Amino acid sequence: MTQRMDARFAALKAENRPAFVTFVMAGDPDPITAQQIVDGLPAAGADVIEIGMPFSDPMADGPAIQAAGQRALEAGQDMVKTLQLVTNFRQKDDATPIVLMGYYNPIYIYGVDKFIQDAIEAGVDGFIIVDLPPEEDEEFCLPAIKKGLNFIRLAAPTTDDKRLPMVMSNTSGFVYYVSMTGVTGSALSNPTDIAEQVNRLKAHTDLPICVGFGIKTADDAKRIGADADGVVVGSALVKAVEDSLENGKATAKTPSAVHDLVADISKGVRAARS
Amino acid sequence: MSGENSLRMGPDERGRFGHFGGRFVAETLMPLILELDQAYKDAKADPTFKEEFDYLLKHYVGRPSPMYFAERMTEHLGGAKIYFKRDELNHTGSHKINNCIGQILLAKRMGKPRIIAETGAGQHGVATATVCARFGFPCTIYMGAKDVERQAPNVFRMKLLGAEIVPVTAGKGTLKDSMNEALRDWVTNVEDTYYLIGTAAGPHPYPEMVRDFQSIIGQEAKEQMQEAEGRLPDMLIAAVGGGSNAIGLFHPFLDDREVKIVGVEAGGKGLDTDEHCASLTAGSPGVLHGNRTYLLQNYDGQIDEGASISAGLDYPGIGPEHSFLKDSGRVEYVPIDDDEALAAFQLLTRLEGIIPALEPSHALAEVVKRAPTMDKDQIIIMNLCGRGDKDVFTAAKHLGVDLNSD
Repeated sequence: MTQRMDARFAALKAENRPAFVTFVMAGDPDPITAQQIVDGLPAAGADVIEIGMPFSDPMADGPAIQAAGQRALEAGQDMVKTLQLVTNFRQKDDATPIVLMGYYNPIYIYGVDKFIQDAIEAGVDGFIIVDLPPEEDEEFCLPAIKKGLNFIRLAAPTTDDKRLPMVMSNTSGFVYYVSMTGVTGSALSNPTDIAEQVNRLKAHTDLPICVGFGIKTADDAKRIGADADGVVVGSALVKAVEDSLENGKATAKTPSAVHDLVADISKGVRAARS
Repeated sequence: MSGENSLRMGPDERGRFGHFGGRFVAETLMPLILELDQAYKDAKADPTFKEEFDYLLKHYVGRPSPMYFAERMTEHLGGAKIYFKRDELNHTGSHKINNCIGQILLAKRMGKPRIIAETGAGQHGVATATVCARFGFPCTIYMGAKDVERQAPNVFRMKLLGAEIVPVTAGKGTLKDSMNEALRDWVTNVEDTYYLIGTAAGPHPYPEMVRDFQSIIGQEAKEQMQEAEGRLPDMLIAAVGGGSNAIGLFHPFLDDREVKIVGVEAGGKGLDTDEHCASLTAGSPGVLHGNRTYLLQNYDGQIDEGASISAGLDYPGIGPEHSFLKDSGRVEYVPIDDDEALAAFQLLTRLEGIIPALEPSHALAEVVKRAPTMDKDQIIIMNLCGRGDKDVFTAAKHLGVDLNSD
């Protein structure tokens, strides 16, 4: 089942350009608009789609993604609807890898085995679960990998060389390098450091290294994409959703606000190595 | 001694009490949690750490706290003899300071001078701000915006002590959101910051560490009861929010199977409403704030807000060791609602001249139910873990008294 992910990164490697990984929140600002947003991402330039599973207590997220999750929950989003979003997307697109990102508790309550099964049927390729470090692999990572899904690790500036081999085990798809200590959406750190960090990680894995946290513009994406195998943009996109709302509700321009920003940042990604 | 069948062996190397506990944190924090675990192991093995801890508990906190025979309360209830372990007489007015002394010494040892903490009612915030003033460490306290309003005297107290108060508006602006915000601070300021968690929850090693620092309560109680009555008590009763005062009293007695142990949760407006904090009696296991434990949550794993007359019990989770003790059957957990707690609050004030905090008032309400059903030669120890000065305004409001009029 990891074919979509591996095929996508292989194709990008052949093109000699980094992947553009976009994050949006499932059900934000409402299920129908979120579907339109996700459905339009590949055409706007997204190579890999991360879909946030809203959680009431997103401890590693900054204000933009916290607010997105709250909007989604208030609009009635739940895990069943999030899988439905993927099912619907897959009817039109069978090539773009989809990664569900979030926290463990909603999965735990759904039931790990049932969730893995339903995610496979929906067409999910992998997971990023923020509060499941390698120390807790048997909870979800190992069962997911066993069923052929990608379990994508986060590596952080605090992950030292001694710890890296552990972080790089039981993982597949790509590695998500968190560009800074902090929450999602903070200011971007120095790109020179990021190049060094990407090289540090490369010594421990053959997987593509995607860098996220703090990338907001085409220019950011261009700079980071020069060294990384992929750039992840999340907070800026959910902020675009937020800015397009009127009285908390979606407007006609909500999907296009996201798609226009994705198209714009995509130019930076595509120019990163030219 | 803890033997093979001991209930006092936990947690294991992975921070598990049975299948509760653990280390469910972001990768950025994981190396810090491991560093803390090692530092705590080293500190435990270092006699000078314990010496300094004991010295400060004695001369700064005022330990041992008295074991008081509540003669009139006993007479009034007409059953078991009632003793109070008087941790409300500690410096800063609650048991919270015991843990703060231990953790500030650890922070000093680790060379992490910037202290952050979360607080609900402000008792832990005040205790944290106090030890930070004592050690000269800068201190940032995260407190729900609603609690900042409700607990103005404690907010002022913390500011006097030199702490910076950050009102938390994220989420619903309550204790659990303050904990989220403190974790966000920690994940951002990893180099110099020590997160001083106030209850026996959070990722391993916090539940173990906080329990160990609070166990002084139970150790003293055991000795004092021996001195007063020459035997073990028949029953222990303590309030549980996150559960630190309760685990502190209970832990040294866990292997004394003849001692019945009761934890009292905040029943709020009743378990048939949405407004309570009874995670053990009305919740289900889940993962929040770094550990698996009983939580108040919905069908989708979204965490509910707790509600209680007592801001200190207003947390939708519970320390993981309590979850383990519930499932093992060793400790019985029961809810007490707002009205029962408020009645007990007034009863103690009138009968013994002690104004208790609303948290131990919940424990007291359970004493009121149990003592009359027990024999006169039986003994209950209740943890009187905080004093009620902070709650006078809340109590007045609920009793329909306007303090601003003459």
